[in-house]
Amino acid sequence: MDSIIKVKNLTKSFKSGDSELVVLKNLELSVPKGQFLAITGRSGSGKSTLLYQLGLLDNPNSGEISIDGIDISKLDSNSKTNFRLNKLGYVFQDYALIPELTALENVLLPLLMQGYSMVSAKEKAFESLKRVGLSDRVDNIPSKLSGGQQQRVSIARAIAHDPTIIFADEPTANLDTETSDQVLQAFIELHKQGQTIIMVTHEKEYSDRTDRVVQLSDGKIISDIMNKK
Amino acid sequence: MLITRAQKLKKFIISIKLGFFLAYRQVRGSSVGTTALIVFIMTLTFLNLVVVRGVLVGLIQSSTDLFREKYAGDIFISTLPKKTYIENSPSVVEVVKNMPWTRVYSVRYVEGGTVEGTYKERIDFTEDANIANGVFTGIDPIKEEETTNISSMLIAGSMLTLEDTDSILIGANLLKKYLPIEAPGLLLLDNVDVGSRVRIKVNGNIKEVTIKGIIKGKGAFDDRVVILDSVLRPLIGRTDYNVDEIAIKVKKGTDPLLVQKALLSTGIGKDARVQTVDEALPKFLKDIQATFGLLGNAIGSIGLVVASITIFIVIYINAITRRKFIGILKGIGIDSTAIEFSYILQSILYATMGILFGLAILYGFLVPYIDANPINFPFSDGILVAEYSNTLVRAALLLIATIFAGYIPARIVVKQNTLDAILGR
Repeated sequence: MDSIIKVKNLTKSFKSGDSELVVLKNLELSVPKGQFLAITGRSGSGKSTLLYQLGLLDNPNSGEISIDGIDISKLDSNSKTNFRLNKLGYVFQDYALIPELTALENVLLPLLMQGYSMVSAKEKAFESLKRVGLSDRVDNIPSKLSGGQQQRVSIARAIAHDPTIIFADEPTANLDTETSDQVLQAFIELHKQGQTIIMVTHEKEYSDRTDRVVQLSDGKIISDIMNKK
Repeated sequence: MLITRAQKLKKFIISIKLGFFLAYRQVRGSSVGTTALIVFIMTLTFLNLVVVRGVLVGLIQSSTDLFREKYAGDIFISTLPKKTYIENSPSVVEVVKNMPWTRVYSVRYVEGGTVEGTYKERIDFTEDANIANGVFTGIDPIKEEETTNISSMLIAGSMLTLEDTDSILIGANLLKKYLPIEAPGLLLLDNVDVGSRVRIKVNGNIKEVTIKGIIKGKGAFDDRVVILDSVLRPLIGRTDYNVDEIAIKVKKGTDPLLVQKALLSTGIGKDARVQTVDEALPKFLKDIQATFGLLGNAIGSIGLVVASITIFIVIYINAITRRKFIGILKGIGIDSTAIEFSYILQSILYATMGILFGLAILYGFLVPYIDANPINFPFSDGILVAEYSNTLVRAALLLIATIFAGYIPARIVVKQNTLDAILGR
């Protein structure tokens, strides 16, 4: 199967006073198109840092990341923004919705940036919200939605512009079990439609429901297991 | 990933549209109280920008207006330098009289002299006489009234008539009662009022006259002694009818410059100095006008800087508190231009609302109120000068300053690392 993500020799470190904290060490990873990949590991293992590098939200110290055949290390800041807009979708742990915008407005933002007219952006955003079961909450601002609903708005925003890959950073961390199940089910549904998803989670129950689990420890991959279907 | 110019333009237009979208939503979601406070500050800033200069300029403008209305007219003809009067005055007056643009005019004789009061009560001749130096101005009261409405400046007594051959009007600045100051060399008449007999001395000739009225109009007549021209003429030996000044008011809508040009084309420039009122303004007024204009601009510039800093702080605090959301917007692929533009638009909105409220207060209240109730300054009745063109320039300046003041803090915050902004590090 074709790899949509190829990571070679990726290293990321942070300065901490006089010392340097290496978070990712010469990491190698390849993700085939359409795969639902879970990145797991204990706190501080580097899983979120890896997600940020793959999602172009941060710059590695060294190594190569290629997404959909494009070497992203060669992109300037504007091109990265453009790349994120057209190829990637994000679901953040704390939902990261804009508080003064309604659910629909939050979802249609990337679509407007892509050049959709307001009417077609609204249609498309509504479709996305419908896919995550929130068609009756489109005019609610985030503060009028539950945590699970907010996370589903976040998922709707991530999928509205048909991204190549969805990155999710512990999307169920702030949710109760029932709501977490609903959110995970939403990802599984997307995956069934061929969506590539990379999800950081520390919950085994959820990582077991993905295609593949990559476990990190001290910035290195210590296990890479394909889940049985 | 090469982007063509057309794609760049398209992206820019999309960013502008999205900027509108974000700005509108942000303002809609912001506190009414905070927005009202910012608009209030912008209103005050705009008024500071226009009113301070307006009052300073108005101070001088009213002096200039007064000089034109109550003394010099639109065109002022006076003696050439080093001459004691306008030569061939009768023919000059004839030219003025026959000009189609002349509405009214007043011919004046001017000569220095003294006025002595309470001379009959003077017993001790070792004491100084009760005397004042004044500029005697001989007028035709009917012509002068038509030209300067001189009677409106009377604060006591009444206007001269053609029969008042032994009466004068005296400027309030020659009387201690109205100018109670002591200064070396300043001679003022004491215990003299309307009805007092005084002795005038002009060109060595002495005459006893009665004070018929006192003039105080914050203009040139305040320092003068006004007398009938027919009385002054023999006193100064001007039997040839050569005069010293001619004040002309032109018909409405006539450009004084054209009248000046027409007058000079008749050749009277060799006998007299023909000036528009702006040229005839006393030098001190011109100097104050320039200085106050400069001061007004300096204070206005400070106001502009204060406005810019205010907007900068407002937008910076707004952007800093929304740093996380700015990070999220960037994270999901929203172009920096759209985010920056949304903040610029908010600045423009605050400034525009401030300017509109400021304009309403300025032209709806301040200008008409101060016109009706001028500020009482010693040398003029201060009005508020706020010409539309100048006000618009200042509004535009404020708007431009605001755009920069809104853009810079937005740019600073938008430039920050996306991930750091999202994670609040």
